[in-house]
Amino acid sequence: MKAKNRDQSLSDSRELDGSYDQLTDSVEDDFELSTVCHRPESMDKLQEQTKFTKKELQVLYRGFKNECPSGVVNEESFKTIYSQFFPQGDSSMYAHFLFEAFDTNKNGSVSFEDFVFGLSIILRGTINDRLNWAFNLYDLNKDGCITKEEMLDIMKSIYDMMGKYTYPTMQDDAPREHVESFFQKMDRNKDGVVTIEEFIESCKKDENIMQSMQLFDNVI
Amino acid sequence: MAAGVAAWLPFARAAAIGWMPVANLPMPVAPTEKNKRQDELIILNVSGRRFQTWRNTLDRYPDTLLGSSEKEFFYNEETKEYFFDRDPDVFRSVLNFYRTGKLHYPRYECISSYDEELAFFGILPEIIGDCCYEEYKDRKRENAERLMDDQEDNKDAKLPNMTFRETMWRAFENPHTSTMALVFYYVTGFFIAVSVITNVVETVPCGSSPNMKEVPCGERYTVAFFCMDTACVMIFTVEYLMRLFAAPSRYRFMRSVMSIIDVVAILPYYIGLVMTDNEDVSGAFVTLRVFRVFRIFKFSRHSQGLRILGYTLKSCASELGFLLFSLTMAIIIFATVMFYAEKGSSSSKFTSIPASFWYTIVTMTTLGYGDMVPKTIAGKIFGSICSLSGVLVIALPVPVIVSNFSRIYHQNQRADKRRAQKVQKARLARIRISKTGSSNAFLHSKRNGLFNEALEFTSSTEEEQRLNKSTSLLESQHHHLLHCLEKTTNHEFVDEQYYQQSYLDAGLQNYPSRSPSLSSQDGVTGTCCTRRSKKHHSPLPNASAPAHLQPLKHTHTHQQGLQELSTIHIQPLSTSRSSLNMRVDEQAPLNCQSSQITTAIISIPTPPVTTPEGDAPLPAGPTHQNVVKVSAL
Repeated sequence: MKAKNRDQSLSDSRELDGSYDQLTDSVEDDFELSTVCHRPESMDKLQEQTKFTKKELQVLYRGFKNECPSGVVNEESFKTIYSQFFPQGDSSMYAHFLFEAFDTNKNGSVSFEDFVFGLSIILRGTINDRLNWAFNLYDLNKDGCITKEEMLDIMKSIYDMMGKYTYPTMQDDAPREHVESFFQKMDRNKDGVVTIEEFIESCKKDENIMQSMQLFDNVI
Repeated sequence: MAAGVAAWLPFARAAAIGWMPVANLPMPVAPTEKNKRQDELIILNVSGRRFQTWRNTLDRYPDTLLGSSEKEFFYNEETKEYFFDRDPDVFRSVLNFYRTGKLHYPRYECISSYDEELAFFGILPEIIGDCCYEEYKDRKRENAERLMDDQEDNKDAKLPNMTFRETMWRAFENPHTSTMALVFYYVTGFFIAVSVITNVVETVPCGSSPNMKEVPCGERYTVAFFCMDTACVMIFTVEYLMRLFAAPSRYRFMRSVMSIIDVVAILPYYIGLVMTDNEDVSGAFVTLRVFRVFRIFKFSRHSQGLRILGYTLKSCASELGFLLFSLTMAIIIFATVMFYAEKGSSSSKFTSIPASFWYTIVTMTTLGYGDMVPKTIAGKIFGSICSLSGVLVIALPVPVIVSNFSRIYHQNQRADKRRAQKVQKARLARIRISKTGSSNAFLHSKRNGLFNEALEFTSSTEEEQRLNKSTSLLESQHHHLLHCLEKTTNHEFVDEQYYQQSYLDAGLQNYPSRSPSLSSQDGVTGTCCTRRSKKHHSPLPNASAPAHLQPLKHTHTHQQGLQELSTIHIQPLSTSRSSLNMRVDEQAPLNCQSSQITTAIISIPTPPVTTPEGDAPLPAGPTHQNVVKVSAL
């Protein structure tokens, strides 16, 4: 995806679409935020780079554009969208982690390309790809290993999504316990961190996880 | 769930990949899309204008005409489109609702035609977006009032069951309902006029008596005037008492302005009767007679315009207050200035600052009586400044008051503040309902979801379809997502009521379980079960469910033919005390006479929680795990 620089995107969009984007020519600095309009790369390119068919890309883009007419999602709207699916709990932390995972080039916004690349890995990738992606999600500081603190943050965010009204009543140390059991399972050499190899290996050995990974085949 | 984000559901489901590796339990089965179709364009022909949209767009709202199978009734085979013989302009708004999730009300449309179209397409007007909701409600209210006014004009006949008291009250409030009321109306009006004229004439000097002094008529014809006064007061008293008797809410009546005016109008007379002709109190007595002039306000019952004027003044209180305040400020300033300016002058009338107030007021209101005039040059200069500024100070707030009056006059006494409050309350209520609606939908469908799964095992397609039609694919996918989250965290979503109940239960761990036979015995009838299974959220596979939920206990058979599912039976851990009791009691009922019973056993490992209140037996439970049996009849 092209940089946000006005001139560059102007020339790029000319190059790609052959059309002239009026918006990028506007010189009103006040309205810069609202007139930022990103166009994704062409469908052919996306089709090469992801494993979606044309129709699927169309459906995805329609949904994407409907919610985000400007072409990019920033973290706030991302959180808002995601929270609509979880009316009872607070999904903002988990949405934040997701946002970090989708925003591969770390520019604070998720464009359609980022969106579709991420989805392609999750929904159409191999088991290894998916597990890699999940590991990337958990590894908050992207240093190649998951520490207990990182896992605790993730776990808390997941439990937060449940909200207050649960059965049985949510205990305060439920996330911590869950993290302990997770590390029990995953941390082979008991060094307190889970590396990518340990993670993939342990996941592959676990039947439940393998089975649940199959769920993603039919999402679209 | 808003329709707009329905398209993001695949993303949300994909995001669940983060839960999978940490979950300890297996995930539930995903809902499959039976006869999965590619998204196609459908054509909606509304009176000749063709609209096209994706089928998915319409499927977002399955409980409307376009979203359900009801639209098949309008399908035209030859042209392969759906034809509706309705207004295409209003249909635009309807279709935009599906597209954007927001329903707008076009201002140029007639409110009743819009309502009709919405009713036809099965859309509730309550979901109109905030931007158009006020306008919609206003128009609707106007329309309703217009209809009501028309009705009231036609309404001549008395309602049959009105008591005498109610009749009287109605007669008092609406003089044109009966001749008696009209007569009463005119009589009281006449006597008010007579009373006021009497008061006025009393003070007119009428002819000189022999001792060369002009006396007012009141003192000359004392007896006559006294009789007149008495008569009027008696009539007013009787009228007041009758109104008091007839009023539906006496307390409220006594507090109302009109009744206070009535009381003030007749009190002086009685006080005058009570007081003797004492020298000391005669001064007070005279003052009291002034209050008799308040009788003129009784005319406001007879005049709508007077009431509006009074209401206007009341509602313009802030502007009037501002006018008063600014005038006071100006008066004080100018009086001070004039006093000090005129201090030097010898025969100045400006003896003190309060004495200058009179001059200032008279000058600022441009009256200019001329009884006090400045004589020094400085005084004259300041005096002219005073009169010029007077014009300004008075002219500024007055248009505000005038515009207020005209606004209220045109609105005809509608109480704006009351309306705004109601709208605000209603809006908050709507938001709250929509928020709880989505979470309730999941809890509600969890129950159905299990039934669906059970039926899938039996692979009986008709029943399956019958039950599946209530949830769209979108909803079922969303619910599957929430279900996965439950599995990941090993907790369940419950609604607030349930949560509080179970909270209480946690504190009542040692409470012996009630015998379920109580409700089971009388639960054999069909009505009992249908009623209950509709109301309660039965707890789900996490089998340490508290027992106080009655639906659990209905392990009985339904009469044949009832397609309604009975409740979920949950067997607790066999270590629980109560289960042993249960089993004995409940053997018989579930050995169903119905031949159609099928049970699906879903075994779920649960955390070892012992709730002594577990109940709901199983007839022949071979397993000792927590099982969920779903019986379908």
